[in-house]
Amino acid sequence: MATEPELMFSTHADPMDRQAAPPPGIGWRSWSRWLWSRLTSMRTALILLLLLGIAAIPGSLVPQRTSDPFAVNTLVQDNPTLAEWYERLGLFDVYGSIWFSAIYLLLFLSLLGCLIPRARQHFRMWRRSPGPPPANLDRLPNTAHLICDDPDGQLQHAEEVMRKQRWRVRTGDGWVAGEKGFWRENGNQIFHFSLLGVLAAVGIGALGGWQGNVVLVEERGFSNTITQYDTFTAGRFANTDDLPPFSIQLQDFEVDFERGQAQRGAPRDFRAQVAITPEPGQPSEQQVFGVNDPIVLDDAKVFLIGHGYAPQIIVRDTDGEVVFDDSVVFLPQDGNFTSVGVVKVPDNDPQLGFRGLFLPTAALDQEAGPISLFPAPDSPGLFMSAFTGDLGLDSGEPQNVYQLDDSDMEQIALRGLIPGDTWELPEGAGSVEFVGFNRWISVKVARDPGGVWALAFVGTAILGLSMSLFIRRRRVWVLRGAGDVTVGGVARGERTDLDDELDDIVAELDGQLAGEDPLPQEGVSR
Amino acid sequence: MESEALAQLSNALVYSSMFVLALAMLAFAASFAGRRTKAPAEVEANVAQPVPATVGAAPESVQPETLPAEDPAGRRIGNIGMALSWLAWFLLLGGVIARGLWAERVPWGNMYEFSLTSALAVLGVFLGVSVWRDVRWLGVIIIPLVLLTLGLAVTVLYTEASQLVPALQSYWLIIHVSTAIVCGGAFTFAASVAGLYLIADGAGESGWRARWAQRLPAAQRLDRMAYRTIAFTFPLWTFAVVSGAIWAESAWGRYWGWDPKETWAFITWVAYAAYLHARSTAGWRGRRAAWLAIAGAGIFWFNYFGVNLLFSGLHSYSGV
Repeated sequence: MATEPELMFSTHADPMDRQAAPPPGIGWRSWSRWLWSRLTSMRTALILLLLLGIAAIPGSLVPQRTSDPFAVNTLVQDNPTLAEWYERLGLFDVYGSIWFSAIYLLLFLSLLGCLIPRARQHFRMWRRSPGPPPANLDRLPNTAHLICDDPDGQLQHAEEVMRKQRWRVRTGDGWVAGEKGFWRENGNQIFHFSLLGVLAAVGIGALGGWQGNVVLVEERGFSNTITQYDTFTAGRFANTDDLPPFSIQLQDFEVDFERGQAQRGAPRDFRAQVAITPEPGQPSEQQVFGVNDPIVLDDAKVFLIGHGYAPQIIVRDTDGEVVFDDSVVFLPQDGNFTSVGVVKVPDNDPQLGFRGLFLPTAALDQEAGPISLFPAPDSPGLFMSAFTGDLGLDSGEPQNVYQLDDSDMEQIALRGLIPGDTWELPEGAGSVEFVGFNRWISVKVARDPGGVWALAFVGTAILGLSMSLFIRRRRVWVLRGAGDVTVGGVARGERTDLDDELDDIVAELDGQLAGEDPLPQEGVSR
Repeated sequence: MESEALAQLSNALVYSSMFVLALAMLAFAASFAGRRTKAPAEVEANVAQPVPATVGAAPESVQPETLPAEDPAGRRIGNIGMALSWLAWFLLLGGVIARGLWAERVPWGNMYEFSLTSALAVLGVFLGVSVWRDVRWLGVIIIPLVLLTLGLAVTVLYTEASQLVPALQSYWLIIHVSTAIVCGGAFTFAASVAGLYLIADGAGESGWRARWAQRLPAAQRLDRMAYRTIAFTFPLWTFAVVSGAIWAESAWGRYWGWDPKETWAFITWVAYAAYLHARSTAGWRGRRAAWLAIAGAGIFWFNYFGVNLLFSGLHSYSGV
């Protein structure tokens, strides 16, 4: 659109639009200048933007460590060769990989290199514009001549009119210029700088935040120290010595499942009732929370992430002494909460180990064996296989609490139990009682100091973006002639109501319109 | 009303709407197929459309608001297509409302309902624009798209109305998903216009493209229409993504986690950001920008169908 009227704005040429510098001379200075101008050109920014979009794709195809570590481990086990290549290319952590970071950092560098000169230029323009009228006002698409006796008075009058109509007005020798829509460029700047702000806020969150996951069984609690978490991650600058000293006890957890035919078994409602103690020694408060309804504490939020069953199991030795009494967390495997877990009883001689299958609505399938038909505990059943031997706990190596190492153990029996059943183990190894079950929830406790900043910058970004897309820049001039004044205007961009605005100015002025109303009256972008 | 009756009413209205849409599609196809004669001057004006050397409002006045020299029969049949489209829209609106009453919540809780409401939105954008401008020429591409969406909905995606999983039980469902639906409608509209732009731009003197181009507005007008739609929708889409992030924070404990749905929403955003920049970059405006507009809508719909059905993630609410 390098057409004549566009030149009116050419003092404010888009630096993003500039072509790359001519072939450089010898020497690193000119080379680096050439590189810089290349990097900050609009074309490079556009290509980097497209690259960023393409680079984001693999992260949705390959399982990511950050969101699905289980799937990553499965892939590593099933296909080690492929996994090794994925690992090498950073495909298990695309959004933290060097190449993804390189693209967005280059993009933001390009953005900065473009924005700063542009902002400076814009500020200069803000003070200077609108400038004097173009050499030939009649060549503008919209002009009108007003024949009048007193052009000087008319000019002065025009200035008042334009000020009243809220144009930014500048005057010169024999002309008045007005401008509207300066906030278009302001909005553009606000938008792009806000994006940098969002990036910074995300960085603040990653460096200064922390988060931990913990499983809570009913009637049990945890206090907010790192050692009590099952997993805990913190940013480099997070102060983890000084976590807020609250503690939470899960008192009751209820779930409703869909019992109708459509989406049978889907969860419908979660209600976790907890007692929160803000600081040791203080009275506790009752609170109910759930999905979409986290507990908001001063320095952290507590989210409900998952839930499951924890069968309560008592193991007695040959003499009837209790050697194990606990609600054991079983991990759900499917939508009907077929859950697996292990029980380790090191304080028995010989040591006992159990693999268990908890079925909230137990049934025996001809082919699949014991299965669960529904996620709610309508007829709970527990299938256990018992092992004796060495649990391998003495070696000192950390063990997974959800896995039983049976390399030094021998399976001695297999049995299905319903709540209240007691099972006498063979070989006088002891007895097992399936008392009943509790529920457990897994919660995430997190602090993100960047979140509120990210939200604020996203807000200004949308505001700036809307301004830059919806505001139109336009300029009008009133030029004094010998026996007339000429009113003309030019608009930049896609669509304006400049004609109406020119009409508004002309209507306020005195004098007779020359010719047959040169302002187009119809067909104006309606 | 009994839920059983509402269910039957909703389904009956949706099927009626599809029937009427099929008729509308035939009408629009016929309006394109008809013979037409043009005065030589008009042919020239349309084929060798000069780039108006002006900015702002002026180029609009160059373009007549209605298509030049359209044959009366084609015009009449195009009007029939529009009337049928309105009828289909109201039938579909009734179907969506009945579905919402049946489910006792907003009618976009699973893929079937989302598809229904999106089809309503796409058709709504088309009809809404038609109030201001003559866009009968767009029916030939919009109506098949709507019909395809509805066809997939009633065959592959159909599911009985039921309550929502806890993660979806939030007022953000109303805000976030309705915004996404409106964006889907507008992006599809823009991509259709951009597709027709690619046909009309440089269509030449003969061949099928030239024949289509005769029935389309000037390429430059198509380009501008696609741009305006996307420029209007892009901030809205930004808001849709952000409202999703706010919701994700309260539901899952983080506002952004590169879940497949989030990733593809981001890619959609990048594609449209690229489109807006491409239009002011030498060598990219015109055809390349139009391809970006089409790619953007393609990515949007891949995020809907592809990610919901192929990928596992937190956004698994298809109900299929």
